[in-house]
Amino acid sequence: MADVTPKGVLTTPLTKNNPIALQILGICSALAVTTSMSVALVMSLAVIFVTAFSNFFVSLIRNHIPSSIRIIVQMTIIASLVIVVDQLLKAYAYEMSKQLSVFVGLIITNCIVMGRAEGFAMTNTPGMSFLDGVGNGLGYGLVLMIVGFFRELFGAGSVFGFTILETVQNGGWYVPNGLLLLPPSAFFIIGLMIWVLRSLHPEQVEDNEFKMKENTKPKEAV
Amino acid sequence: MAQGNNSIKKILTVALALCIVCSVIVSTAAVALRPAQQLNQELDRKTNILSVAGLYEPGMDVESAFGDITARVVDLRTGEYSEEFDPDTYDQFQASRDPASSRTLSGERDIAGLSRQENYATVYLVGDADSPEQIILPIRGQGLWGLMRGYLSVEGDGDTLVGITYYEHSETPGLGAEVNNPRWQAQWEGKKIYPDEQSLTPAIRVARGSGSGDHQVDGLSGATLTSNGVTNMVQFWLSPEGFGNYLANFREGVSPEEAQDADVELEAEGA
Repeated sequence: MADVTPKGVLTTPLTKNNPIALQILGICSALAVTTSMSVALVMSLAVIFVTAFSNFFVSLIRNHIPSSIRIIVQMTIIASLVIVVDQLLKAYAYEMSKQLSVFVGLIITNCIVMGRAEGFAMTNTPGMSFLDGVGNGLGYGLVLMIVGFFRELFGAGSVFGFTILETVQNGGWYVPNGLLLLPPSAFFIIGLMIWVLRSLHPEQVEDNEFKMKENTKPKEAV
Repeated sequence: MAQGNNSIKKILTVALALCIVCSVIVSTAAVALRPAQQLNQELDRKTNILSVAGLYEPGMDVESAFGDITARVVDLRTGEYSEEFDPDTYDQFQASRDPASSRTLSGERDIAGLSRQENYATVYLVGDADSPEQIILPIRGQGLWGLMRGYLSVEGDGDTLVGITYYEHSETPGLGAEVNNPRWQAQWEGKKIYPDEQSLTPAIRVARGSGSGDHQVDGLSGATLTSNGVTNMVQFWLSPEGFGNYLANFREGVSPEEAQDADVELEAEGA
């Protein structure tokens, strides 16, 4: 991170250093919870909460964490926060927690949370780490919402549960694309997004790891 | 990072302190939120029961609407009510796993893929408990990907269906998960379970393609295996293996002897 300013840590993860599109972290949950936008939204909020607070707490005790057990310390903090979020959802957003089911628990394994705790919070102040968590959560949420928008619109004909394209099952004209309701479609959408992002920010394109050698001299067929 | 952070003493102190703090936070959240969570589960179950009976409207007061509904425990083997359990606390799903309160189903009789079936089930009666308007029966069985659990609502004549709903399933979204599409569910209303007045073998089924007549509902397109699962579990639970004997009490044509006969036969098979 070149610029550790409040604005910088909040906005760079959105497009310039997006956790999903550039760091390619957290893909698994992005495939699973994006069939409808409202579910994707709750998942995004949960991830923002967990990333922000795990960053905050890890940063708070960063000077006391023995380096030999730092990963397990971070993990414990993250896991506790995830359990709290899961319990809160079950108590106050029961319908939503039923739809998210196991994926709230799996925030623990979301590499974004762990990646930010290890990569940023261990070396920065609590306030800045908190904002970095919010920023990365937002970057994750942004991708989720875009993927969710396309999947719900073309897979189920609705946006946030409101019908836009009346589907055949409900007596309308739109034949929904079943592929978009299945996880692989998220791969395609994320892939296309990465393409768009890298066209806008050419600096994101990695250098080739090796150069193709020029073709050997043309030879007459023996 | 400060020097000396890696001494054994420091490592143990940090680990211990962290564990204590985290476990206090987690257990506080779990204990403090448990009442609200249980309330939600209860509300969810009641909402499902109301919606299968066609009584649910979004935003309604579920608790007061549920006042019209009486829960009773039925002995599936005889079809009689049982006073042995309190319907509010009896956990049917738990009972199905306990060998003492369930029986094994094997081979051809286990069309719903349950492998064990409880001896007692909770039913919900809408209106007057002695001559109910609707009888709501819990059903479950294997779909394509896993166990599907739901409710089936039958009119007071023990033969006419009112509705079906699933509150737990893992079918493919857009295909098998269309079991919860209100348009598909609406077809069940008015269908008849049994082919004639005497029969105890249900004829109701999910057709392949579009269904016709009183005993068929349209299949779910692209979800043949889910449709088959629904047919199997409905036929299982409405047969004398399930609620067949109980429903016979409400039907006029079926004499109790016949229901008893079927029951004896079953027990003989089970032995």
